Amino acid sequence: MSLTADDVNKIAHLARLGIDKRDVESYAKDLSGMLDLMTRMSDLNTDNVEPMAHPMGQAQRLRADVITEQNNREKFMAIAPQVEAGLYLVPKVIE
Amino acid sequence: MHTKTLPDLVRGLRSREFSSLELTQSFLNRIRQHRHLNAYITVTEEDALLNAKAADVRLAEGKAELLTGIPIAHKDIFCTLDVKTTCGSKMLDNFTAPYNATVVEKFNQAGAVMLGKLNMDEFAMGSSNETSYYGAVKNPWNTQAVPGGSSGGSAAAVAARLAACATGTDTGGSIRQPAALCGITGLKPTYGRVSRYGMIAYASSLDQGGPMAHSAEDAAILLQTMAGFDEKDSTSVNCPVPDYSAGLNKSIAGLKIGLPKEFFSDGLNSHIAATLEAAINEYRKLGAEIKEISMPNLKLAIPAYYVIAPAECSANLSRFDGVRFGYRCENPADLTDLYTRTRGEGFGKEVKRRILMGTYALSAGYYEAYYIKAQKIRRLISDDFKNALSEVDVIMGPVTPATAFGIGEKMGDPIEMYLSDIYTIAINLAGVPALSIPAGFIAEMPVGLQIIGNYFAEDMLLNIAHQYQQVTDWHQQTPKGFE
Repeated sequence: MSLTADDVNKIAHLARLGIDKRDVESYAKDLSGMLDLMTRMSDLNTDNVEPMAHPMGQAQRLRADVITEQNNREKFMAIAPQVEAGLYLVPKVIE
Repeated sequence: MHTKTLPDLVRGLRSREFSSLELTQSFLNRIRQHRHLNAYITVTEEDALLNAKAADVRLAEGKAELLTGIPIAHKDIFCTLDVKTTCGSKMLDNFTAPYNATVVEKFNQAGAVMLGKLNMDEFAMGSSNETSYYGAVKNPWNTQAVPGGSSGGSAAAVAARLAACATGTDTGGSIRQPAALCGITGLKPTYGRVSRYGMIAYASSLDQGGPMAHSAEDAAILLQTMAGFDEKDSTSVNCPVPDYSAGLNKSIAGLKIGLPKEFFSDGLNSHIAATLEAAINEYRKLGAEIKEISMPNLKLAIPAYYVIAPAECSANLSRFDGVRFGYRCENPADLTDLYTRTRGEGFGKEVKRRILMGTYALSAGYYEAYYIKAQKIRRLISDDFKNALSEVDVIMGPVTPATAFGIGEKMGDPIEMYLSDIYTIAINLAGVPALSIPAGFIAEMPVGLQIIGNYFAEDMLLNIAHQYQQVTDWHQQTPKGFE
């Protein structure tokens, strides 16, 4: 299985990940190498095998619906790139 | 002072043989003197001296906790309140954590004095510490060689005595492999044993924090502090924490050790094989029974891991978007440009490679073929461990295919780098605990022995490792120039 430069650009767009034009070919080569490694998985029959997502197979723990967190708004906003009046600022989305 | 074991340091502090301030100052001096190793990203000298003085007051008042006054350093993946926490990435070069990781909090509560934050592969993705934004770490045994990764700074700092002990994290071998390559003892606990709260996530179903130390005896003390249920980690397991030091001296006569033939096949380097054979012989002398076992699905651990880990990483790292914390690109034209350029400029090449791989494996049309297939193989690998550990008490094998390779040697070939994790990755997929202990040298470079146990059998692993360290002195060797 091999990926083209075009494939890499599509995947990078899905991940919102900027890739230097000069590096696209080398990513295509590396990812194709990884996919070759993964084709070995098809050597093994896994029909009727339950997929395993988590080592302990435990259910998500539930807790009472009560407030446990303190309000850290100022602390969290202090480390943000751009804030104003308690809001995170991003470039204009809607004209 | 820097060559003493943790119990000796604790005794020395309590008997006032030396103060925490003297001990801390001595480690800070060593850090400065050996800066060329690049083991630390941040040294918190001022805080360390203040905390050492406070520890001396508590020691004088007889109010000492388990680790009061002991200098420790944390892998820079653990969030530390008001201290720069980078995860080895440009993305977090400007990030000061607004809270402590549970592991950090527990060490603070136990009285340990933090010396600083240790270098690591970017977002824990790497096996050589060369993907760090802050540059490669050098192996104290040979400064032309890598220390291993991703906890390379932790392993180098402990081996070079730039901290009394350290924390690390292990997603596919990131504690055990650098421990082996730097000649120290490193334990990856059972998944869920140590809280992941505040430990920056790479692959959440595989990540686990653990101790990196000179010996099993020291590691037992560290794990005692780290382990335990945490409400703040939704996958933390609520299971009692035994006294890890209490069982270290138990006899291991009659212990059943399994050697998977897949680990000892023709592919294993003959020098590593000979070193392991000698180590296993020591266990025979201690009364253990050795049995060959088979774990047929181990060979598929690497492909399954390189689907599952990147898939989880691509989801976890989506939080780095230039909006709430961390790096943001200059003058974004619009929101897409903000995301794309922030992430393009903030992440290094290996991280990007894994985000791309994970995004692809989770995308429509490929999800079943890659992600679900890998999860099914994960189940089969996990079953291999369950079956093997119903026949034997522990499994032993190599940690690495060879001793530490040269800096720059494998950076051009990511696949070859991935293959160097062949003996450690399956353990994370299953979630069982495993440790690496020093078992000898090849051409003056350390070799590790891996011991793998059943879920929550950390006490047994530490006991088995400690018994070996009572009859060998590999763990007491110090690299030249760091005595």
